[in-house]
Amino acid sequence: MSLIEAEGLGKSFGGRRVLRDVDFAVEPGEIVTIVGPNGSGKSVLLRLLLGILRPDTGKVNRKPGLRVGYVPQKLHIDAGLPMPVRRFLSLPTRRRREEIAPALARVGVPGVAEQQMATLSGGQFQRVLLARALLARPEILVLDEATQGLDQPGEAAFYRLLEQVRAELGCAVLMVSHDLHVVMAASDRVICLNGHICCEGTPQVVAEAPEYRRLFGPGTQGALALYRHDHDHDHDKDHPAPLRREENEDIM
Amino acid sequence: MLDDFMTRAALAGLAVAAAAGPLGCFVVWRRMAYFGDATAHAAILGVALSLAFSTSVFVGTTAVALAVALAVSALAGRGWAMDTTLGVLAHSALAFGLVAVSFVPGVRVDIGAYLFGDILAVGRGDLAVIGGGAALVVGMLAWRWSALLTATLSEDLAHASGLNPGRERLVLTVALAAVVAVALKVIGALLIAAMLIVPAAAARNFARTPEAMAALAVAAGVVAVLGGLRASLTWDTPAGPSIIAVAACVFAASLPLGALRRRRRRG
Repeated sequence: MSLIEAEGLGKSFGGRRVLRDVDFAVEPGEIVTIVGPNGSGKSVLLRLLLGILRPDTGKVNRKPGLRVGYVPQKLHIDAGLPMPVRRFLSLPTRRRREEIAPALARVGVPGVAEQQMATLSGGQFQRVLLARALLARPEILVLDEATQGLDQPGEAAFYRLLEQVRAELGCAVLMVSHDLHVVMAASDRVICLNGHICCEGTPQVVAEAPEYRRLFGPGTQGALALYRHDHDHDHDKDHPAPLRREENEDIM
Repeated sequence: MLDDFMTRAALAGLAVAAAAGPLGCFVVWRRMAYFGDATAHAAILGVALSLAFSTSVFVGTTAVALAVALAVSALAGRGWAMDTTLGVLAHSALAFGLVAVSFVPGVRVDIGAYLFGDILAVGRGDLAVIGGGAALVVGMLAWRWSALLTATLSEDLAHASGLNPGRERLVLTVALAAVVAVALKVIGALLIAAMLIVPAAAARNFARTPEAMAALAVAAGVVAVLGGLRASLTWDTPAGPSIIAVAACVFAASLPLGALRRRRRRG
């Protein structure tokens, strides 16, 4: 059974149609990346799938009792609200110390438990958000532009971490990105969105699809696979050859 | 013991401080200060209606405060700028309330008692209602605490955790209306919002966790109530404003003390 399934989704805001006729499903253990330019309805789609927004047309089915680990795009914590990391990780469900310490260690920020969220760096903050999502023992991890505000190495490190964590937990991953340079090469499926689904497939198929080229220009050809780390899996041959950052900049 | 008016006044004030502390924290965290003002001002209209229909003032103020709070929540969702909506509602509620009170036939109403509070006139019956209302608010906030905090941090995060942020917002709205009704006789409509915000703001300078901030806000409120009553008795000043004045002094004192504490922790 699919974890989340959507059929004929449509949504308008103030008379402007943001999404139409979107059919979508995420299967257990699958990594799906949604890419699209700004205003293409990526975040809206994600929010519809999570049940934050109600669709105007179509319907969303989530597996009953689905455990979702959600990493929001950004989280503004009001300066008036004191919030140590440990307390944040216990919202809304209380977590024991024995759970919190390994969760923080796993995402690479051990020892920040007593720090205030407001004092964390951007990268630490995102990792704490990820730790919070992981504590829910999610069947699906949902990330909305989770690396926004991180620099290039920070971003690559975050994706590497994400891949590790996913390999350990075996959960499905659904993420949204407007940053086409850095789409996780490990994605099983990339969905190119622009109000509707333009094309979808493996990262390579999408990068070569004419619809994708039309949207993002031929310049980004292959750049989809920029972030890769060295796997030694045998399915490696399915992916396009890794492109180095320097080469990529020449193309841009 | 309850025969002494000072004892009753102190107990009523402590009950209000206990409810206003944690609720005031949410008012600060969610930037609802003006929202609190609108709800509190609406209480005057509630007073006028209760007098006109000869019902309990508690019932009237709760009903009208709740109606205005819900109206604000509804309008806020419709693309109006929040401060404009609140500015319109807060002051119209006050104006209509004051006008309506002047129409109430027969009774000569001391409107000052409702605007500034009349804590020294709290009777046994009042005390029971104030205590009950405050206990209700504290109980409601304690029960929903975790969900309320999550929804305050981020509504999306709350949604993804299977919570309904709309419901949590409603809990706060109802709690706010209840505190307004309960605090009307103690603090008065004009300064209820201050009783919510000032102790919470003072607590912020020392608190490391949301729970500590709520507890410290209650403590600051207690100091304000006892100090204000004392001042009122000594210098014959109006009790409600005296309580808020002491709260303001606590806040002012918290600024250098908080800074000192932070520096010591760093150094």
